[in-house]
Amino acid sequence: MKTRILYTSLMAVALFASSCKKDITERNQELPALTPANPDSTAGSWTPILTGSSTFTVALPEAKTSPNYVADINEIKSYQKNLTSEQKEIIKYWSAGSVLRWNEILRELVSKHNLPPYQNDDGTYPFPNAANPLAYPLFPFSNPPYAARAYAYVSAAQYDALVQTFKYKYNAAYRRKAPYVDDANVQALIPRSALPSYPSENAAVAGATAQMMILLFPGDLDFIQKKVAEEKLYRLMSGANTRSDWDAGESLGKQVANVFLARARADRAGAAAGNKDVWDKFETDAKAAGRTPWISLELPRRPPMLPLFPNVNPILMPAADVVAVRPAAPFKEGSAEYEKDMTEVMAMSDNHDREHERIVAFWADGVGTVTPPGHWNSIAAEEFVKHNWSEVRWARNLALLNMAEMDAAIVCWDTKYFYFNPRPTQMVAGIKTLTGIPNFPSYISGHATFSGAAATVLGYLVPERATEFMAMANEAGMSRLYGGIHYRNDCTVGLATGVKVGTYAVNRGKTDGAN
Amino acid sequence: MKHFLQNAYRYCVGVAAFVALSQTVCAQTESDAIMIPKNFVCVAGMYAHNSWDHYWEGTLKRENLNLGTISSNVYNAGVVYGLSNTINVSAFVPYITTKASAGTLRGQRGFQDVNLAFKWMAVREQIGTGILSVHAIATGSIPVGNYQGDYLPFALGSRSKSVALRGLINYQYGRFFVAGAGQYIRRSNITIDRDSYYTTEMHYTNQVALPNATNFLVSAGFRSLLLNVEAIATKYTTLGGFDITRNNMPFPSNRMNATAVGGLIKYMPQQIKGLEFTIGGSYVTSGRNVGQNTQLMGGIDYVFSVKKEKN
Repeated sequence: MKTRILYTSLMAVALFASSCKKDITERNQELPALTPANPDSTAGSWTPILTGSSTFTVALPEAKTSPNYVADINEIKSYQKNLTSEQKEIIKYWSAGSVLRWNEILRELVSKHNLPPYQNDDGTYPFPNAANPLAYPLFPFSNPPYAARAYAYVSAAQYDALVQTFKYKYNAAYRRKAPYVDDANVQALIPRSALPSYPSENAAVAGATAQMMILLFPGDLDFIQKKVAEEKLYRLMSGANTRSDWDAGESLGKQVANVFLARARADRAGAAAGNKDVWDKFETDAKAAGRTPWISLELPRRPPMLPLFPNVNPILMPAADVVAVRPAAPFKEGSAEYEKDMTEVMAMSDNHDREHERIVAFWADGVGTVTPPGHWNSIAAEEFVKHNWSEVRWARNLALLNMAEMDAAIVCWDTKYFYFNPRPTQMVAGIKTLTGIPNFPSYISGHATFSGAAATVLGYLVPERATEFMAMANEAGMSRLYGGIHYRNDCTVGLATGVKVGTYAVNRGKTDGAN
Repeated sequence: MKHFLQNAYRYCVGVAAFVALSQTVCAQTESDAIMIPKNFVCVAGMYAHNSWDHYWEGTLKRENLNLGTISSNVYNAGVVYGLSNTINVSAFVPYITTKASAGTLRGQRGFQDVNLAFKWMAVREQIGTGILSVHAIATGSIPVGNYQGDYLPFALGSRSKSVALRGLINYQYGRFFVAGAGQYIRRSNITIDRDSYYTTEMHYTNQVALPNATNFLVSAGFRSLLLNVEAIATKYTTLGGFDITRNNMPFPSNRMNATAVGGLIKYMPQQIKGLEFTIGGSYVTSGRNVGQNTQLMGGIDYVFSVKKEKN
């Protein structure tokens, strides 16, 4: 008996100690160092987004024999003499790719800031203030349109910064070899690249990104600058760049970003929240037209999300095309099609299929997440790592994706506020939803529109997976029907409209010189 | 020995549920000093109702008009078996439904986790005029239903596997007793339906590490052949986890602490030997990232011998 107790107790302790493993390896942690199959050395001739006719200033690199350059090389050697394990981790992390890592960092900031403000005591809602970003409510509230625009500007600025960098890299007056090529005693701690190292392409990406954050995430500049410093250290320690390579690239990146900042500050997104007169007008206009106006189902009633986002200047489409691709009106209340769609939503509300719950949760991308455009960035990045693309091709491909997402946000919001039509849950009491009801009109689904555009661009970039991407986009759209927050028609029309928007990016991709 | 058996015979299980935001259900046999004798079986059924309309977002207490009152119904059934006079094993499986009184979010329903316990009375001796007993209790829980753990505050549970060790000391003086217990709970990672999530930083994985937890308990009361009355205070603390940020949704790996006070009354009608009725309640007095839960419960147990044997 005693032995049995002892044995059982030992078993219990062993089970206790061994069970419940806690180590998690995240998908982005074990990525290999970027080793581009093609360095894309002609990227200086690719068509930039905004900076085709801009002029920039880059200091000429000092001669190899100059005291400053010798000091730069010695600095690398002194790092390499004594690398700590923490420093090796920094090299491992950043060597996966600058564009990739900055895209992940941006998604992180979007998630952190994707929180709707809490109401005031009087039932109104405060708005984030860009001039005072650290006061509650924190600036920004990175909801899907805000996030789509942020991803677009950052990706596009990175792409232009790299195109401009390549122009200098291959200009005879600037051309400089990598430190590990120039000096036999500098080790290459990452795969060797054939690219000239002045100005540093990583620095251009970091500089452009950090500069964009002044506008987009002004309360997190400490976090951003820490990342910039870390990446700079990585380039020096790995023997890939000298300090002067870095500084020239960072400065160029910032100059390029300033062109994008000027555009972003004037693109009318800053006024997209509207005001009480604007919000009320949507309601009175819908009533005057004999339609049921959308109302907020939140308590207290929250003003509609970014009703003037349709006025934002699209980045790829001509502004006039926003109206041109706007889909026809949603099914009329009481029509047979409307009733059929409504019956389906009510059935979904009662459907406890676990697979539906999984799909709704997987694509929900709601409060506190990367948003639907961010989810597609995640899908894109995990696909792109398989292709060994150069940094500049990464940037170009993400720019195509994210510019399509920004325009998809504008087109979708235009449709939503043009028709201002109610969610199923507003029309029929008792519909239960599997996810939160977004605080804006129903038609067309944002998830479907973003996903249709994203799958179109990704299908162009990676044709062998085009069918799969479109199936994913369809599932993302349908998840909103399964969740009880959208009619089927919102999702199917959203997807088709997204495809139209994505086509603008595909057409640009066909002629930007990268193929 | 006779006294022990009599007492034990009449006190089978008081199954209570700790349901806050996470709705963890614990079979509370593991939290008392009572053993059933060798070859005896206790079958138990329990119902508990939980509700709260205020919760702590981090340390900030708030309400949420879009949720109203969150409530759950827990239907718990299980058995306890006396392997010996000093070793009891038990298994319980709760079926749970959850809902909100406001907003549109759909509640969940389904079987939660099977909760297994192995309870060993390691020491039992006379000290002074009372009896001191020391118990070691190993418990484990394994999800049985395929419910969504990442659907707070409606999730039926966290969907983690857990193992826990508890030490319990009980001192019985005549009909009065005091007891104290400490428990360490190790929780496994969970897999969620999303493929990334933000805590205080970004995570690109569908795996979530849940913080381990401790649970301390003190209780005191009165036990007679007819009636048991006891007061219970518990303090559940996760060792780590993060606070819900302002106006954000809760997440399974939040720091979730709760201090609760409550009581149990058990009535054992003398006409039917082995039958026991329990009612109880508890109230969360302070917490962090959990609902301020009020629980009311009622249970019925029946204890009987499965072997005609005189030991």
